[in-house]
Amino acid sequence: MHELPITESILNIVLKHAAKNNVRQVVAIHLRIGKLSDLEDEWIQHYFDYLSKGTMAQGAKLIIERTPIILQCNSCNTSYEADMATIGDAVCPACGQTESTLISGREYYIKDMEVQ
Amino acid sequence: MEDVRLIEVKEEILADNNQVAAGVRDQLRTKKTLLVNLMSSPGSGKTSLILRTIEGLKQGMKMGVIEADIDSKVDAEKVAARGVRAIQLRTGGFCHLDATMVTQGIDALAENDLDLIIIENVGNLVCPAEFDTGAHKNVMILSVPEGDDKPLKYPLMFSICNVLLVNKIDYLSLSDFDMDTLRKRVLALNPDIKIIEVSCKTGVGIDQWIAWLGQEVESFRSGQ
Repeated sequence: MHELPITESILNIVLKHAAKNNVRQVVAIHLRIGKLSDLEDEWIQHYFDYLSKGTMAQGAKLIIERTPIILQCNSCNTSYEADMATIGDAVCPACGQTESTLISGREYYIKDMEVQ
Repeated sequence: MEDVRLIEVKEEILADNNQVAAGVRDQLRTKKTLLVNLMSSPGSGKTSLILRTIEGLKQGMKMGVIEADIDSKVDAEKVAARGVRAIQLRTGGFCHLDATMVTQGIDALAENDLDLIIIENVGNLVCPAEFDTGAHKNVMILSVPEGDDKPLKYPLMFSICNVLLVNKIDYLSLSDFDMDTLRKRVLALNPDIKIIEVSCKTGVGIDQWIAWLGQEVESFRSGQ
């Protein structure tokens, strides 16, 4: 739902690095986005295509790696993966406790970009 | 053909917003103004809760309200009618508030000696969870008619809040909402969250909310 401001932010960061590195054309951008975010890959690309028109990043492909939702049990410290649909019912596989701390799944990160 | 080379970027996409938010938090801390971000779905009772809060807290406390709405001034007018300084940010279609918009709201309030500012965020359980507003405390409302399955659908929102107010508990007997199931699901996502059952209509539980908020404001005022 909030793909537009996120995409704007991605474009600004990418153009800043492109300017610093004497880039002619950005070919691809590698992102790491947590599975807890509600962003749709397809819409991020649509918005990016729209916003990047006329810039060095026009036509760049967004390659999105989705990082898993990892919880750490508050009782025994075991880390385990949960999925978005059942996270509220997640139970530690080692000790059966339900209280946990989120350690991964909220990432919004630009790793690197392929340029010419 | 020209070679493709790889440039390391290694940047947080939301870094700009997070930085502005951290600035808002620090600035208000020096002014001893507690900033509370109130979030929920549309119609779950944010404005009613703010009106109840004004009634409960008002004496001896200076409060301001930043209302966000896609395009209306109704909420700010209701609050201002109670004698509290309120400004309405029109988000013009935006689904959430970000820290820059909140900064504009704080500037528009134009008061330097407030004890408490409440942000009424856009009614939405998805986007506001992703954008740090600069608030010191995040509070959400879930109303009984929405159902006890909402933590399963919007886990991020439940995981970032300090307080969950379960509103419209006067509807409990009419619904299949299971409070124990809700508590279990919410605490699994966020063991530190404080859950308070309220009804803005009957006033049940509001005293517990006011007690929590009053204590937070006090400890902020005394600089702890």
